[in-house]
Amino acid sequence: MMQIIAFYLFETILIASGALTILARNPVHSVLWLILAFFNAAGLMLLLGAEFIAMLLVIVYVGAVAVLFLFVVMMLDVDFAALRSGFVRYLPFGALLAVVLAAEMLFAVGSWQAGGVQLAGRIAPVHSAASNIQQIGELLYTRYIFLFEAAGIILLVAMIGAIVLTNRPRSGVRRQNVAAQNARRPKDATRLVNQPVGQGVEL
Amino acid sequence: MIGLAHYLTVSTILFVLGVLGIFINRKNIIIILMAIELILLSVNINLVAFSHFLGDLAGQVFAMFVLTVAAGEAAIGLAILVIYFRGRGTIAVDDANQMKG
Repeated sequence: MMQIIAFYLFETILIASGALTILARNPVHSVLWLILAFFNAAGLMLLLGAEFIAMLLVIVYVGAVAVLFLFVVMMLDVDFAALRSGFVRYLPFGALLAVVLAAEMLFAVGSWQAGGVQLAGRIAPVHSAASNIQQIGELLYTRYIFLFEAAGIILLVAMIGAIVLTNRPRSGVRRQNVAAQNARRPKDATRLVNQPVGQGVEL
Repeated sequence: MIGLAHYLTVSTILFVLGVLGIFINRKNIIIILMAIELILLSVNINLVAFSHFLGDLAGQVFAMFVLTVAAGEAAIGLAILVIYFRGRGTIAVDDANQMKG
C-alpha cells in the first residue's frame, strides 16, 4: 500500500514538474522544475530497487548537470521574452505530434502487456545474495569493462571539448611563461659590482 | 499492484513532454537542451523498470551509460551555446542559418 502511494506521488510530481519545465516563462524556473523532476525520477528508481542509479541520478543530474544549466542561464544576458514569441504558433503542430507519439507508445505498451511478444533470455540475472551496488560493480568491472572505459573516454573528450570551445585568448593579461623562467640563468639576472666607498650604487 | 505498464506509461508521458518541449520552445536552445534531458531521463526510467521486472541487471548498467552520455552532451551543448552567445549576443536558434540547412 505504501509503495502504491509513493509511486503515484512520485509519478504525479514527476510529470507535473516535467510539464512545467517546458512551459515555464522564466528559464531559471525551468531549471528548478527540472531538478524536481530528477529528484522524483530518483524516487521512482528507488521504488524499483535500483538504489545505485537513483543516487547517481541525484549526484550527476542534480549536482552537476542542473547546476551547469543554472550557471549558463544566469550567466547569459538573454532576452527570454523575445525567444517565446513562436510559442503559440508551434503549439498546435507540437501537440498533434505529441499526441500521435503518445498514442503509439501507449499502444506498444498495451500490446506488449497482451503477451504477444516474447522477450529474449536474461543477460545478467539478478541474484539476491548481494546488494544492488555490489552486483552492478561485479558486472561493470568484468563484462562491461570496455564499455566502462569507453564511457570514461567520452567524459574526457567532453571535458576537453568544453574547455577548448569556451577558452579564448585574452589580450592584456600577464601570464606565467614557464619556459622563460626555466631558461633564466644567474649570470643574466645578477651582476657583481666592485663598489668604491662613499659613492652611491647605480643599479 | 504497481506493474511494468505503470512505469512504462510514466516514461512515455515524460518522453512525449520532452518532444513537445522541443517543438514549442523552438527558439530557446536552453529549454531544448532541458527537454533532451527529460527525454533521456524517461529512457532511463524505462531501462531501470525493465531491469527490475525482468530480473536483469544489464538495464541498470546501460542506464549508467545513458547518464554518462547525457552529462557529456549537456556539457558540450552548453559550451557551444556560450560561444554562440559570445559571437552573436543572442541564443535564438532561428538565426543559425549560415549553413542553409
